[in-house]
Amino acid sequence: MGTVVALSNLLEARQVWRGGAAVPSEGGQSTGWPLLDAVLPAGGWPDASLTEILLPADGIGELRLVLPTLARLTQGQRPVVLIAPPYAPCAMGWRQQGVNLQQLEIVAADEKHVLWATEQCLRSGGCAAVLAWPRQADDRSLRRLQVAADTGRALAFVFRDHRHLANASPAALRLELTALPQPSIWVRKCRGGNVPTQPIPFEPLSAGATRAESRQGMEMRAAHRAGDMHESSAPRFAANLTSAPSLAEREESR
Amino acid sequence: MLWACITLPHLALDGVLRRRPDDGPLVLVDGPAHARCIVAANASAQAAGLHIGQRLTTAQALLTQFETIPYDAAAAERWQRFLAGVAYRYSSQVALLPHAIVLEISRSQSLLGDWPKMERNLRSDLAALGFRHRIAAAPTPHAAHVLASVRDGQAVLTPETMRRALDPVPLQKAHLPEQATDALPRMGIRCLGQLLRMPRDGLQRRFGTPLLHAVDRLLGDMPAGLELYVPPDAVDWRIELSHEVENIAALVFPLKRMTGDLAAYLSGRDGGVQRFALRLEHRDRQATDVAVGMLAPERSADVLFEAARGRLEQVQLPAPVLSLRLIADDLPGFVPAGRDLFDERPANALPFEQLRERLRARLGDHAVYRWGSTIDPRPEHSQRIAAPDECFLEPRARPTWLLERPMPLHGVSRVLAGPERVETGWWDGGDMRRDYYIVETMHGQRAWAYCAPGERGGWMLHGWFA
Repeated sequence: MGTVVALSNLLEARQVWRGGAAVPSEGGQSTGWPLLDAVLPAGGWPDASLTEILLPADGIGELRLVLPTLARLTQGQRPVVLIAPPYAPCAMGWRQQGVNLQQLEIVAADEKHVLWATEQCLRSGGCAAVLAWPRQADDRSLRRLQVAADTGRALAFVFRDHRHLANASPAALRLELTALPQPSIWVRKCRGGNVPTQPIPFEPLSAGATRAESRQGMEMRAAHRAGDMHESSAPRFAANLTSAPSLAEREESR
Repeated sequence: MLWACITLPHLALDGVLRRRPDDGPLVLVDGPAHARCIVAANASAQAAGLHIGQRLTTAQALLTQFETIPYDAAAAERWQRFLAGVAYRYSSQVALLPHAIVLEISRSQSLLGDWPKMERNLRSDLAALGFRHRIAAAPTPHAAHVLASVRDGQAVLTPETMRRALDPVPLQKAHLPEQATDALPRMGIRCLGQLLRMPRDGLQRRFGTPLLHAVDRLLGDMPAGLELYVPPDAVDWRIELSHEVENIAALVFPLKRMTGDLAAYLSGRDGGVQRFALRLEHRDRQATDVAVGMLAPERSADVLFEAARGRLEQVQLPAPVLSLRLIADDLPGFVPAGRDLFDERPANALPFEQLRERLRARLGDHAVYRWGSTIDPRPEHSQRIAAPDECFLEPRARPTWLLERPMPLHGVSRVLAGPERVETGWWDGGDMRRDYYIVETMHGQRAWAYCAPGERGGWMLHGWFA
C-alpha cells in the first residue's frame, strides 16, 4: 500500500480500460436508415464485419432493415448471397425494393452446411454481402464468420432468434428488432462506440413499397384482371403506413 | 516462315514421373525378358550409378531398392500428342517429329510477342507440366529439329545464319537417312557443312534420292512434308495407379495432374468443358463413374480441380481403385467472363464462378440458384428459378418472403391494407379467386394473407413483409 504507480504505466500496460476512448471508426457502409446510421459508430454497417440481427419472430421487418444496402450492392453489380433463408424470397417484392435479382444468389444448405457455406462465401472475397440463417450457431462458429468476413472484406448478416441475446457474441454489431408496442431497433452491441440507451424507431412498411408504378405495368395488369370487380372500387394498396389504418377503417365501414 | 522445335529427350520418363509425388530411384526397362535393359533412369537412380543401356541384372547388383517400370511406347506417343495439344495454343501449324514437336511461329508473333517472349512462355508451360525439353528456332522445321538436338535455346532467324549454324553439326545428329549417317563418316565427312558442299550428283549416285530429299527439306529447298496435328474433339485419358488405392485422398494427386492437363489442353484448343466424367476402375472391369458438371464451360485448372475433387470426395469406394480415367466428350466454346478494369474486390478474391462450383460440389447441383420474376399475377407462379427478370414491375405491394405453400394464419389483430383481388389463371386450369390483405398479427408481424372473396376470416398466410 502506498506505493505510487504512475498512471501512464498503467495505461501502457493496458490493464485499465478507458471509458469513452473513441476508437477510430472504419468507413462503414450506410444502412439506408438515417436514424440508425446516426447512432452507429461507423456511420453505418461496420465494414467487413459480422452483424447479428436478433428477432422475436419472422416478418417484423428484418429484411427491410437490410434491403436498402442489398439494393445498393446488387445495383452496383456486386453479388449478394442468401444462405438457407427460411422462406423463398419473393422476387417481385425484392425488385420493388430495388434489388437486382441477377446478383442475388440463394444457397440451399442443410443445417450442417449452413455455417460452412457462409464461411466459404465470406472468405472468398467475391461476395459483397452474405446473409445467413443458421439455426445452430455458437460463439465459436460466429467468431469464425467474423474472421472470414474480415478476410473476404464482406458484410456478413446473421439472423437469429432473440433468445440468443443472453449469450455473448463476437459480432461487431448486434441489433435486436422488436415489433411491439412499436417496431424499433435496439442496438445491443456496437464495436467502437457506446450502446445507445434508447431504441431507434423503425418503420418496416414504409414508402417505397409501391414505388415505380409503371404505366405499362398497369395496363398489363388490367388485361389479366378482366374479372376483378374491385378494380375501381377497392383502394389500391397502401403506399405507406400513415394512410394504411385509414384505408382499413374505410374498408370496415363499407 | 520460322519454326520452333521442342525436343523431348525424356518423354517416357517424364510421363511416368509427373504422376508420382516421391522421387525414389526409378528406371524404365525394355527388351526381351532375359535381357532387360534400362532405357531411362531418373536423377536419383543415375546418382546411384544406374545408366541408360545398362542391363537390369547389373543395375540390381548396384542398387537394392529401385522401381522398375516397363517402357510403354504407346504412352510416350500419347504424351507427345498431348504436348502437341499444348503447343497448339501457340500456333495453328503443329507437327510431330520423332521425340519432338515443331510449330510454325512467325504468324503467331504479332499475337503472342516476339520469339524470346514466346520461348519463355513455352518453357514455363512445359516446365509446369513436368516435361524436360530443349527448344530451338530456325526457318525450316527440320533445321529447327536438328538444332534443338544439338543445343538448347538456339535461335537462327534467317536462312544465311541457319546455314552457318548447321555447318558444324555432326552427321549423327542431323536426322539423315541411316545408311548415309553410317557411311559418310567413313568417307571423311563428319559434319553437315562438309556434306552440303559435296556435289549433288555424286551423292545421288552413292546414296540415292532419300539423302538429297532430306538435305533439301533441311534447307527449305523442298516442302517439309509434315502432317499437321489436329487436336481431337474428345478427351479420354487414363492414369494407371502404381498401387491399389483404397481411400479417396490418395487419388487427389493424380486428379490434380489430370485436371491440370485438361486445363492446358483446353486453353490450347481455346475451348472449355462443362461436363466430364471420372471413371475409377476397379478389378474385374468394375468401375465407379463420377460425373462432374458445372454451370458454365470452364477451363481454369483450379476450378476444374476443385469441382472434380468436391464430387470425388463424396464417393464411397466399393473396391480399391486401380486406375483413373477422365472422359470429356463435350467440349463447348469458352467465353471468359468480363472483369472490371478497376476491380474493387480484394486482391486474393476467388472468382464467383469458382465459389459457386465449390458450393455446388458440396451441397448438390441445385443448391445455388437465382430467382427471376415472371409476369404471371398468381403468386405461386410469379417467380421462377433462373428466369431473367421481366421488365414488368408490380405496382401493388408484394412481400419480401413468400411461402411456398400457403398455411393457415391465426392471431390476426388488424388489417392494414386490402383487399387486392387476384382472380385469374383461366388459361392453364390453375384458376384462383382470392382477396389478398396486408394484416398485422398479434406479435406485430406484417403478413400477406388471403381469404375467400368477400370474407374476412379463414386467413391463409402467403408471405411476410419482413
